[in-house]
Amino acid sequence: MNNNFEPKIVAFCCHYCAYAAADLAGSGRLQYPPNIRIIRSPCTGRLEIDFFMKAFEAGADGVLVAGCEEGSCHFKEGNYLAKRRVNTTKQLLLEAGLEPERLRMVNVSAASSQKFVEYVRDMVETVAKLGPTRNKKTTTKEKTGAI
Amino acid sequence: MIVAERKTIPEMVEILKPHKKILVLGCGTCVTVCLSGGEREVSIISSALRIASRIQGLNFEIAELTIERQCDNIFIEQAAEAIQKADAVLSTACGAGVQAIAERYPQKPVYAGLNTTFLGILEERGVWTEKCAACGACVLHKYGGICPITRCAKRMMNGPCGGSREERCEVRKDRPCAWQLIFKRLKDINQLERLKEIEPAKNWNSSLSGGPRMLIREDHKI
Repeated sequence: MNNNFEPKIVAFCCHYCAYAAADLAGSGRLQYPPNIRIIRSPCTGRLEIDFFMKAFEAGADGVLVAGCEEGSCHFKEGNYLAKRRVNTTKQLLLEAGLEPERLRMVNVSAASSQKFVEYVRDMVETVAKLGPTRNKKTTTKEKTGAI
Repeated sequence: MIVAERKTIPEMVEILKPHKKILVLGCGTCVTVCLSGGEREVSIISSALRIASRIQGLNFEIAELTIERQCDNIFIEQAAEAIQKADAVLSTACGAGVQAIAERYPQKPVYAGLNTTFLGILEERGVWTEKCAACGACVLHKYGGICPITRCAKRMMNGPCGGSREERCEVRKDRPCAWQLIFKRLKDINQLERLKEIEPAKNWNSSLSGGPRMLIREDHKI
Protein backbone atom coordinates (compact mmCIF):
# COMPACT_ATOMS: atom_id res chain seq x y z
CA MET A 1 0.00 0.00 0.00
CA ASN A 2 1.27 3.42 -0.94
CA ASN A 3 0.97 5.69 2.10
CA ASN A 4 0.87 8.85 -0.01
CA PHE A 5 -1.86 7.53 -2.26
CA GLU A 6 -5.09 9.53 -2.07
CA PRO A 7 -7.78 7.61 -3.95
CA LYS A 8 -10.19 9.44 -6.22
CA ILE A 9 -13.64 8.00 -5.71
CA VAL A 10 -16.76 8.97 -7.61
CA ALA A 11 -19.87 8.65 -5.44
CA PHE A 12 -23.20 8.47 -7.23
CA CYS A 13 -25.71 9.49 -4.57
CA CYS A 14 -29.48 9.25 -4.77
CA HIS A 15 -31.20 12.60 -4.28
CA TYR A 16 -33.75 11.14 -1.87
CA CYS A 17 -31.42 9.41 0.57
CA ALA A 18 -27.62 9.29 0.30
CA TYR A 19 -27.30 12.85 -1.02
CA ALA A 20 -29.49 14.09 1.83
CA ALA A 21 -27.45 11.97 4.26
CA ALA A 22 -24.24 13.55 2.92
CA ASP A 23 -25.86 16.97 3.31
CA LEU A 24 -26.89 16.13 6.87
CA ALA A 25 -23.37 14.92 7.62
CA GLY A 26 -22.13 18.34 6.54
CA SER A 27 -24.74 20.17 8.63
CA GLY A 28 -23.85 17.99 11.60
CA ARG A 29 -20.15 18.73 11.03
CA LEU A 30 -19.29 15.06 10.71
CA GLN A 31 -15.88 14.54 9.15
CA TYR A 32 -15.23 12.15 6.31
CA PRO A 33 -12.29 11.77 3.91
CA PRO A 34 -12.32 14.32 1.06
CA ASN A 35 -11.53 11.59 -1.48
CA ILE A 36 -15.05 11.30 -2.81
CA ARG A 37 -16.60 13.41 -5.56
CA ILE A 38 -20.35 13.30 -5.17
CA ILE A 39 -22.64 13.22 -8.21
CA ARG A 40 -26.31 13.60 -7.39
CA SER A 41 -28.70 11.32 -9.21
CA PRO A 42 -32.52 11.51 -9.13
CA CYS A 43 -32.51 7.80 -8.21
CA THR A 44 -29.87 5.07 -8.32
CA GLY A 45 -32.19 3.41 -10.85
CA ARG A 46 -31.15 6.17 -13.28
CA LEU A 47 -27.54 4.99 -13.12
CA GLU A 48 -26.40 2.83 -15.98
CA ILE A 49 -23.49 0.43 -16.39
CA ASP A 50 -22.04 2.94 -18.83
CA PHE A 51 -21.83 5.62 -16.11
CA PHE A 52 -19.72 3.39 -13.88
CA MET A 53 -17.51 2.30 -16.78
CA LYS A 54 -16.99 5.91 -17.89
CA ALA A 55 -15.94 6.87 -14.37
CA PHE A 56 -13.35 4.08 -14.31
CA GLU A 57 -12.27 4.85 -17.87
CA ALA A 58 -11.66 8.48 -16.88
CA GLY A 59 -9.34 7.30 -14.11
CA ALA A 60 -11.47 6.93 -10.98
CA ASP A 61 -9.84 4.66 -8.41
CA GLY A 62 -13.21 3.64 -7.07
CA VAL A 63 -16.92 4.18 -7.57
CA LEU A 64 -19.43 4.24 -4.73
CA VAL A 65 -23.12 3.93 -5.47
CA ALA A 66 -25.30 5.04 -2.59
CA GLY A 67 -29.01 4.41 -2.79
CA CYS A 68 -32.02 4.12 -0.52
CA GLU A 69 -32.49 1.32 1.96
CA GLU A 70 -33.87 -1.78 0.26
CA GLY A 71 -37.64 -1.58 0.20
CA SER A 72 -37.77 2.19 0.58
CA CYS A 73 -36.79 3.50 -2.86
CA HIS A 74 -38.67 6.70 -3.70
CA PHE A 75 -39.40 5.17 -7.11
CA LYS A 76 -40.15 1.73 -5.65
CA GLU A 77 -37.45 -0.38 -7.30
CA GLY A 78 -34.67 1.91 -8.54
CA ASN A 79 -32.17 0.70 -5.95
CA TYR A 80 -32.82 -2.94 -6.90
CA LEU A 81 -32.12 -2.06 -10.54
CA ALA A 82 -28.91 -0.33 -9.49
CA LYS A 83 -27.86 -3.34 -7.39
CA ARG A 84 -28.12 -5.64 -10.42
CA ARG A 85 -26.30 -3.16 -12.67
CA VAL A 86 -23.51 -2.78 -10.11
CA ASN A 87 -23.12 -6.57 -9.99
CA THR A 88 -22.99 -6.76 -13.81
CA THR A 89 -20.40 -3.96 -13.90
CA LYS A 90 -18.24 -5.83 -11.37
CA GLN A 91 -18.04 -8.74 -13.82
CA LEU A 92 -17.10 -6.34 -16.64
CA LEU A 93 -14.38 -4.73 -14.50
CA LEU A 94 -12.97 -8.16 -13.74
CA GLU A 95 -12.91 -8.97 -17.46
CA ALA A 96 -11.22 -5.65 -18.24
CA GLY A 97 -8.58 -6.28 -15.57
CA LEU A 98 -9.71 -4.06 -12.68
CA GLU A 99 -10.57 -5.28 -9.18
CA PRO A 100 -14.37 -5.52 -8.76
CA GLU A 101 -13.94 -4.28 -5.17
CA ARG A 102 -13.36 -0.83 -6.64
CA LEU A 103 -17.10 -0.62 -7.22
CA ARG A 104 -19.51 -0.86 -4.32
CA MET A 105 -23.16 -0.21 -3.67
CA VAL A 106 -24.41 0.82 -0.24
CA ASN A 107 -27.87 1.64 1.08
CA VAL A 108 -28.44 4.59 3.40
CA SER A 109 -31.50 6.51 4.49
CA ALA A 110 -31.68 10.32 4.40
CA ALA A 111 -31.38 10.38 8.21
CA SER A 112 -28.31 8.12 8.40
CA SER A 113 -25.53 10.69 8.16
CA GLN A 114 -23.27 8.72 10.52
CA LYS A 115 -23.79 5.58 8.44
CA PHE A 116 -22.94 7.51 5.26
CA VAL A 117 -19.71 8.74 6.83
CA GLU A 118 -18.80 5.17 7.85
CA TYR A 119 -19.50 3.86 4.35
CA VAL A 120 -17.30 6.57 2.80
CA ARG A 121 -14.45 5.87 5.24
CA ASP A 122 -14.69 2.15 4.58
CA MET A 123 -14.74 2.66 0.81
CA VAL A 124 -11.71 5.00 0.92
CA GLU A 125 -9.88 2.48 3.09
CA THR A 126 -10.70 -0.41 0.70
CA VAL A 127 -9.57 1.51 -2.39
CA ALA A 128 -6.45 2.81 -0.61
CA LYS A 129 -5.51 -0.79 0.17
CA LEU A 130 -6.04 -1.77 -3.49
CA GLY A 131 -3.78 1.10 -4.59
CA PRO A 132 -4.11 3.38 -7.64
CA THR A 133 -6.08 2.09 -10.59
CA ARG A 134 -3.93 0.36 -13.19
CA ASN A 135 -5.99 2.16 -15.82
CA LYS A 136 -3.90 5.23 -16.64
CA LYS A 137 -5.52 8.58 -17.30
CA THR A 138 -7.39 9.07 -20.56
CA THR A 139 -5.42 10.83 -23.26
CA THR A 140 -6.96 13.77 -25.05
CA LYS A 141 -6.96 11.82 -28.33
CA GLU A 142 -9.56 9.41 -27.09
CA LYS A 143 -13.22 9.99 -26.81
CA THR A 144 -14.41 10.04 -23.23
CA GLY A 145 -17.86 10.20 -21.75
CA ALA A 146 -18.85 13.13 -19.58
CA ILE A 147 -18.67 12.52 -15.87
CA MET B 1 -35.71 -10.91 -33.41
CA ILE B 2 -32.14 -12.19 -33.56
CA VAL B 3 -30.74 -12.67 -30.05
CA ALA B 4 -27.03 -12.44 -29.36
CA GLU B 5 -24.68 -12.37 -26.38
CA ARG B 6 -21.54 -10.37 -25.83
CA LYS B 7 -18.20 -12.11 -26.08
CA THR B 8 -16.02 -11.62 -23.02
CA ILE B 9 -13.60 -8.68 -22.95
CA PRO B 10 -10.50 -10.97 -22.86
CA GLU B 11 -11.84 -12.76 -25.97
CA MET B 12 -12.29 -9.42 -27.76
CA VAL B 13 -8.83 -8.21 -26.67
CA GLU B 14 -7.27 -11.40 -28.00
CA ILE B 15 -9.01 -10.96 -31.36
CA LEU B 16 -8.08 -7.27 -31.64
CA LYS B 17 -4.49 -7.51 -30.40
CA PRO B 18 -2.80 -7.16 -33.83
CA HIS B 19 -4.57 -3.84 -34.46
CA LYS B 20 -4.33 -0.31 -33.11
CA LYS B 21 -7.16 1.80 -34.52
CA ILE B 22 -10.36 -0.06 -33.83
CA LEU B 23 -13.92 0.85 -34.67
CA VAL B 24 -16.55 -0.69 -32.40
CA LEU B 25 -19.54 -0.72 -34.71
CA GLY B 26 -22.99 -1.21 -33.21
CA CYS B 27 -26.26 -2.15 -34.84
CA GLY B 28 -29.51 -0.38 -34.02
CA THR B 29 -31.91 -3.21 -34.74
CA CYS B 30 -32.20 -6.71 -33.17
CA VAL B 31 -29.09 -6.55 -30.99
CA THR B 32 -30.17 -3.18 -29.61
CA VAL B 33 -33.49 -4.70 -28.53
CA CYS B 34 -31.79 -7.71 -26.91
CA LEU B 35 -29.36 -5.30 -25.18
CA SER B 36 -26.18 -6.80 -26.54
CA GLY B 37 -24.87 -4.66 -29.40
CA GLY B 38 -26.66 -1.31 -29.61
CA GLU B 39 -25.35 2.19 -28.97
CA ARG B 40 -25.28 1.76 -25.19
CA GLU B 41 -23.52 -1.60 -25.35
CA VAL B 42 -20.99 -0.19 -27.84
CA SER B 43 -20.16 2.51 -25.32
CA ILE B 44 -19.81 -0.02 -22.47
CA ILE B 45 -17.69 -2.43 -24.54
CA SER B 46 -15.49 0.46 -25.75
CA SER B 47 -14.88 1.65 -22.19
CA ALA B 48 -13.98 -1.87 -21.07
CA LEU B 49 -11.64 -2.30 -24.05
CA ARG B 50 -9.92 1.04 -23.37
CA ILE B 51 -9.37 0.05 -19.74
CA ALA B 52 -8.09 -3.41 -20.73
CA SER B 53 -5.87 -1.87 -23.40
CA ARG B 54 -4.23 0.55 -20.96
CA ILE B 55 -3.71 -2.14 -18.34
CA GLN B 56 -2.11 -4.47 -20.88
CA GLY B 57 -0.23 -1.67 -22.69
CA LEU B 58 -1.86 -2.39 -26.04
CA ASN B 59 -2.47 1.26 -27.06
CA PHE B 60 -5.81 0.64 -28.69
CA GLU B 61 -7.40 3.74 -30.19
CA ILE B 62 -11.06 3.00 -30.07
CA ALA B 63 -13.77 4.81 -31.98
CA GLU B 64 -17.50 4.14 -31.58
CA LEU B 65 -20.36 4.26 -34.03
CA THR B 66 -23.79 2.68 -34.22
CA ILE B 67 -25.77 2.49 -37.44
CA GLU B 68 -29.42 1.60 -37.90
CA ARG B 69 -28.84 -1.81 -39.51
CA GLN B 70 -25.59 -3.55 -40.37
CA CYS B 71 -27.28 -6.08 -42.65
CA ASP B 72 -28.36 -3.37 -45.09
CA ASN B 73 -26.04 -1.63 -47.57
CA ILE B 74 -27.95 1.65 -47.38
CA PHE B 75 -27.09 1.96 -43.69
CA ILE B 76 -23.58 0.54 -44.03
CA GLU B 77 -22.74 3.53 -46.22
CA GLN B 78 -23.17 5.79 -43.20
CA ALA B 79 -20.25 4.02 -41.54
CA ALA B 80 -17.91 4.33 -44.57
CA GLU B 81 -15.72 7.13 -43.21
CA ALA B 82 -15.32 5.57 -39.76
CA ILE B 83 -14.53 2.15 -41.27
CA GLN B 84 -11.92 3.65 -43.64
CA LYS B 85 -10.15 5.35 -40.72
CA ALA B 86 -9.97 2.14 -38.66
CA ASP B 87 -7.42 -0.67 -38.91
CA ALA B 88 -10.09 -3.16 -37.91
CA VAL B 89 -13.79 -3.27 -37.12
CA LEU B 90 -15.30 -5.00 -34.10
CA SER B 91 -18.92 -5.42 -35.08
CA THR B 92 -21.51 -5.88 -32.37
CA ALA B 93 -24.16 -6.99 -34.87
CA CYS B 94 -25.44 -10.50 -35.44
CA GLY B 95 -23.46 -12.83 -37.71
CA ALA B 96 -25.34 -11.51 -40.74
CA GLY B 97 -24.34 -7.93 -39.95
CA VAL B 98 -20.68 -8.82 -39.39
CA GLN B 99 -20.57 -10.59 -42.77
CA ALA B 100 -22.36 -7.75 -44.55
CA ILE B 101 -19.69 -5.32 -43.35
CA ALA B 102 -16.88 -7.75 -44.23
CA GLU B 103 -18.27 -8.26 -47.75
CA ARG B 104 -18.60 -4.52 -48.30
CA TYR B 105 -15.04 -3.86 -47.11
CA PRO B 106 -12.95 -6.78 -48.42
CA GLN B 107 -9.63 -5.16 -47.39
CA LYS B 108 -10.70 -4.49 -43.82
CA PRO B 109 -10.52 -7.06 -40.99
CA VAL B 110 -14.00 -7.32 -39.48
CA TYR B 111 -14.52 -9.27 -36.26
CA ALA B 112 -17.58 -10.36 -34.32
CA GLY B 113 -17.98 -8.93 -30.84
CA LEU B 114 -21.07 -11.03 -30.14
CA ASN B 115 -22.08 -14.65 -30.27
CA THR B 116 -25.31 -14.84 -32.26
CA THR B 117 -27.47 -17.34 -30.43
CA PHE B 118 -31.05 -17.69 -31.64
CA LEU B 119 -34.27 -16.26 -33.08
CA GLY B 120 -36.51 -15.44 -30.18
CA ILE B 121 -38.65 -13.05 -28.24
CA LEU B 122 -38.47 -11.04 -25.05
CA GLU B 123 -40.28 -13.34 -22.61
CA GLU B 124 -40.08 -10.97 -19.66
CA ARG B 125 -37.78 -8.10 -18.68
CA GLY B 126 -34.23 -9.39 -19.13
CA VAL B 127 -35.26 -12.84 -20.38
CA TRP B 128 -35.20 -13.90 -24.04
CA THR B 129 -36.31 -17.30 -25.26
CA GLU B 130 -35.86 -19.17 -28.52
CA LYS B 131 -39.00 -19.54 -30.64
CA CYS B 132 -37.92 -20.25 -34.20
CA ALA B 133 -35.25 -22.45 -35.77
CA ALA B 134 -35.72 -20.91 -39.25
CA CYS B 135 -36.18 -24.44 -40.67
CA GLY B 136 -37.61 -23.08 -43.89
CA ALA B 137 -40.89 -25.06 -43.83
CA CYS B 138 -43.13 -23.75 -41.08
CA VAL B 139 -45.40 -26.24 -39.32
CA LEU B 140 -46.82 -23.90 -36.70
CA HIS B 141 -50.34 -24.20 -38.13
CA LYS B 142 -50.42 -27.87 -37.17
CA TYR B 143 -49.33 -27.38 -33.57
CA GLY B 144 -51.45 -24.51 -32.31
CA GLY B 145 -48.73 -21.97 -32.96
CA ILE B 146 -46.12 -23.71 -30.77
CA CYS B 147 -43.07 -24.98 -32.60
CA PRO B 148 -42.08 -28.54 -31.68
CA ILE B 149 -38.84 -28.20 -33.64
CA THR B 150 -37.58 -25.24 -31.64
CA ARG B 151 -39.25 -25.69 -28.29
CA CYS B 152 -39.11 -29.47 -27.86
CA ALA B 153 -35.56 -30.48 -26.94
CA LYS B 154 -36.02 -33.75 -28.86
CA ARG B 155 -37.80 -32.15 -31.83
CA MET B 156 -40.70 -34.61 -31.45
CA MET B 157 -43.22 -34.12 -34.25
CA ASN B 158 -45.81 -36.75 -33.24
CA GLY B 159 -46.54 -36.33 -29.58
CA PRO B 160 -44.55 -36.01 -26.36
CA CYS B 161 -41.57 -38.15 -25.46
CA GLY B 162 -43.10 -39.09 -22.11
CA GLY B 163 -40.18 -37.81 -20.11
CA SER B 164 -41.64 -34.53 -18.93
CA ARG B 165 -42.29 -34.01 -15.22
CA GLU B 166 -44.79 -31.49 -13.87
CA GLU B 167 -45.12 -29.93 -17.33
CA ARG B 168 -41.35 -29.36 -17.50
CA CYS B 169 -38.98 -30.64 -20.15
CA GLU B 170 -36.77 -33.47 -18.94
CA VAL B 171 -33.80 -32.13 -20.90
CA ARG B 172 -34.14 -28.51 -19.77
CA LYS B 173 -35.98 -28.47 -16.45
CA ASP B 174 -36.20 -24.68 -16.53
CA ARG B 175 -38.26 -24.80 -19.73
CA PRO B 176 -41.86 -25.97 -20.20
CA CYS B 177 -42.59 -29.17 -22.14
CA ALA B 178 -43.50 -28.01 -25.66
CA TRP B 179 -45.96 -30.85 -26.07
CA GLN B 180 -47.76 -29.90 -22.87
CA LEU B 181 -48.12 -26.41 -24.34
CA ILE B 182 -49.23 -27.76 -27.72
CA PHE B 183 -51.89 -29.98 -26.12
CA LYS B 184 -53.26 -27.14 -23.98
CA ARG B 185 -53.29 -24.71 -26.86
CA LEU B 186 -54.99 -27.11 -29.30
CA LYS B 187 -57.57 -27.91 -26.61
CA ASP B 188 -58.23 -24.20 -26.05
CA ILE B 189 -58.83 -23.59 -29.76
CA ASN B 190 -60.83 -26.84 -30.25
CA GLN B 191 -58.29 -28.38 -32.60
CA LEU B 192 -57.26 -31.46 -30.62
CA GLU B 193 -58.29 -33.53 -33.68
CA ARG B 194 -55.10 -32.34 -35.35
CA LEU B 195 -53.08 -34.58 -33.05
CA LYS B 196 -54.59 -37.65 -34.73
CA GLU B 197 -52.80 -36.78 -37.95
CA ILE B 198 -49.44 -38.50 -38.29
CA GLU B 199 -46.70 -36.14 -39.31
CA PRO B 200 -44.27 -37.81 -41.71
CA ALA B 201 -40.53 -37.45 -41.26
CA LYS B 202 -39.57 -33.85 -41.86
CA ASN B 203 -37.68 -32.92 -44.99
CA TRP B 204 -34.76 -30.85 -43.72
CA ASN B 205 -33.64 -29.75 -47.20
CA SER B 206 -35.22 -26.35 -46.64
CA SER B 207 -33.19 -25.93 -43.44
CA LEU B 208 -29.49 -25.17 -43.14
CA SER B 209 -28.86 -28.90 -43.63
CA GLY B 210 -29.60 -28.30 -47.33
CA GLY B 211 -26.76 -25.76 -47.55
CA PRO B 212 -26.78 -21.95 -47.34
CA ARG B 213 -30.19 -20.61 -48.29
CA MET B 214 -31.21 -17.65 -50.40
CA LEU B 215 -34.45 -15.92 -51.27
CA ILE B 216 -35.02 -14.48 -54.73
CA ARG B 217 -37.97 -12.26 -55.45
CA GLU B 218 -38.13 -11.68 -59.20
CA ASP B 219 -40.88 -9.10 -58.71
CA HIS B 220 -38.52 -6.93 -56.69
CA LYS B 221 -35.37 -7.35 -58.73
CA ILE B 222 -34.15 -4.48 -60.86
